[in-house]
Amino acid sequence: MAKRETPLLDQLESGPWPSFVTDIKRQAETKPECWDILGILELSYKERITHWKHGGIVGVFGYGGGIVGRYADVPELFPGVEHFHTVRVAQPASKYYTSANLRQLMALWEKYGSGMTNFHGSTGDIILLGTRTENLEPFFWDLTHDMGQDLGGSGSNLRTPANCIGESRCEWSCYDTEDVCHSLTLHYQDEIHRPAFPYKFKFKFSGCPNDCVASIARSDISVIGTWRDAIRIDQAAVKEYVAGNYPANGGAHSGRNWGKFDINKEVIDLCPTECMWMEGAELKIDEKECTRCMHCINVMPRALRPGLDKGASICVGAKAPILDGAQFATLIVPFIKVSKDNDFEELIEFIEKVWDWWMEVGKNRERVGETMQRVGLPTFLSVMGIEPIPQHVKEPRSNPYIFWREEEVEGGFARDIDEFRAKHKA
Amino acid sequence: MGYNPQKPMEGRISDLGPPHYEKFFPPVIKANKGKWLWHEITQPGVLMHKSETGDEVYSIRVGSPRLVSVEYIREVCDIADKHCDGFLRFTTRNNIEFMVDSRAKVQPLLDTLASYGNKYPVGGTGAGVTNIVHTQGWVHCHTPATDASGVVKAVMDELFDYFTSMTLPAQVRIALACCLNMCGAVHASDIAILGIHRKPPMIDNKRISGVCELPLAIASCPLGAVKPAKAIVDGVEIKSVKVTVERCMFCGNCYTMCPAMPLADPEGDGIAILVGGKVSNRISAPKFSKLVIPFLPNTTPRWPETVAAVKKILVAYAADARKYERIGEWAERIGWEKFFEKCDIPFTEKSIDDYRLAYDTWRTTTQFKFTSHIK
Repeated sequence: MAKRETPLLDQLESGPWPSFVTDIKRQAETKPECWDILGILELSYKERITHWKHGGIVGVFGYGGGIVGRYADVPELFPGVEHFHTVRVAQPASKYYTSANLRQLMALWEKYGSGMTNFHGSTGDIILLGTRTENLEPFFWDLTHDMGQDLGGSGSNLRTPANCIGESRCEWSCYDTEDVCHSLTLHYQDEIHRPAFPYKFKFKFSGCPNDCVASIARSDISVIGTWRDAIRIDQAAVKEYVAGNYPANGGAHSGRNWGKFDINKEVIDLCPTECMWMEGAELKIDEKECTRCMHCINVMPRALRPGLDKGASICVGAKAPILDGAQFATLIVPFIKVSKDNDFEELIEFIEKVWDWWMEVGKNRERVGETMQRVGLPTFLSVMGIEPIPQHVKEPRSNPYIFWREEEVEGGFARDIDEFRAKHKA
Repeated sequence: MGYNPQKPMEGRISDLGPPHYEKFFPPVIKANKGKWLWHEITQPGVLMHKSETGDEVYSIRVGSPRLVSVEYIREVCDIADKHCDGFLRFTTRNNIEFMVDSRAKVQPLLDTLASYGNKYPVGGTGAGVTNIVHTQGWVHCHTPATDASGVVKAVMDELFDYFTSMTLPAQVRIALACCLNMCGAVHASDIAILGIHRKPPMIDNKRISGVCELPLAIASCPLGAVKPAKAIVDGVEIKSVKVTVERCMFCGNCYTMCPAMPLADPEGDGIAILVGGKVSNRISAPKFSKLVIPFLPNTTPRWPETVAAVKKILVAYAADARKYERIGEWAERIGWEKFFEKCDIPFTEKSIDDYRLAYDTWRTTTQFKFTSHIK
């Protein structure tokens, strides 16, 4: 592969942010096919359009996901990227690594692939970017045999689950997001690797309502940590915040002079439920009114902590806009204990109830949130065997178009028109 | 030894799943999991977490381009070997975190990072701009309406000082998706950069019979704009489709289902800017991003129009919002008419929803502000 002239991409080598162009050029010194990545990208910059063909079904035996086929539409110009398939490798929970593990994976990718990667893909997998069809099986063999690692999901299956950093380095996590994510990922290997669903399905696990893994916006089943007792208050630390001895919000605003910390203005007045007040030097919280938004805890991490009776809320049905518009996940189960003691049995039971129903009634390429929208939330709740409660809605409906069922109406729906006409002339 | 193509199923191992996370925990993380008490950002890009055991972990956050080479990862491993006993992690926003177990080890690590020039910028914490989550763009995807890595590089070059500082009213999450499929889920971001198409699909009648299941292509259109049609190819009548152009909203879903309906185009494609989304439940509920700039051209290689638009919104927000207020909360407090005025963005009909459930976004009150929009 010859060196390519890239006058447009070269302009992305200047500036303070690290340059992917410089990086690809350096990789091209030992992996010359990287010149063809730059070459085809330069052509796209010149013509302002992509040069990758639509689709191409490739994979490894026995799996229906994990590899995304890709071919160049100008292979004669850039033979080094004629095949440019993506390999998704399942990431460990919270994306901790050892250098030994990464070096071993990089050696495999240097041998079998283009030398380029994404750390990480949007769903969470390690993305190994660009290889030829004939390399897929040898790569997979080495990945499983030498590293004991595996591919992630793609297509109409369970996508590789992801979680926030959780208890491993965060004081707010209300359950062990790493443990749940890892356990369920292992439990559902078949669903990840062999597409049997109407469309993609995602789980994401966040430890608290800050939702650092964006689960409420992009997962079909979103598990978000919460608690049902009182926020723990360290009154001595509250005094330190009021005195200005501890930085507000963990020092997140230290780059600008916002003036002296004001607990009324910055915490109490911003509480969405107005459930906090000062009694002398003591901070009081009416926990029955608290909706656990995390603001006060975020602002005063040394003084306030989530309660001790911890668990999670389950929301269902988030997705990006294609097709009927974006949806956030809807609160379905306000509180559930998430415990390894019973191998997450309740969570698994919930997930499989959703799947059983969706696999039966979901249309081709319909996310579960769209199926819920099509049949209505009351129907979904009834399928799930969940009692409707006000927490399921922002507000009651404002139209009167209720789908009454026949058994709910005295005497049923069957009536005799002749009897009616005998009393009511037309 | 190794894969034998003659006997592909022999000795095959499958369904292993990911390695157990605990194998990769630095000792200080392993010893203190579930015991953390509080944290503090000691300087931009450096987080300190304090455990009830008295232990501390310092995490140094570094921005990465996400699209990185084998050599890059090896270099990152070198840094982890030198300072962190070979441990490291990545965040959900494509930052790298190097963790050390004492304050004394922070500065030597920062010095090493600085020795690589601009390659490992430290920042992305607190009330600043952290790394941009993004998609593949022209480097790998078959449906993009813009590039991803190049736009991100150009925007982050301009916003670099916001990455390395914490001077904003709250954190600002920027995301880029190179088409409406939104692999990057940009629909709940403070500022979303979204690739859009503006020309309806072409019909490749010479290929459609071989590559496309017509009923699926027809059913793929949410507005019923794709209809069955006949076409003549080499004098022979074939079954094909046609597109009712006035119904097309350029979502590209038909192309996803049917490779014979390409719609990308150098003039038609470009970028829309959406703002005010968020994911966190903090103070207000999660919000969708709202479309404020309908189209900016794909001006390669540095997308100056997009860079300027993002910067302008960020500067107006930084100057006007209250402490803790996210962009969407700020816009709602001052009113969207004020948002357009303060950001100096022309309001157009394109920002008025005319898709499903559009009525929810129309104003049905007499409460409004007299901005320059009222002539």
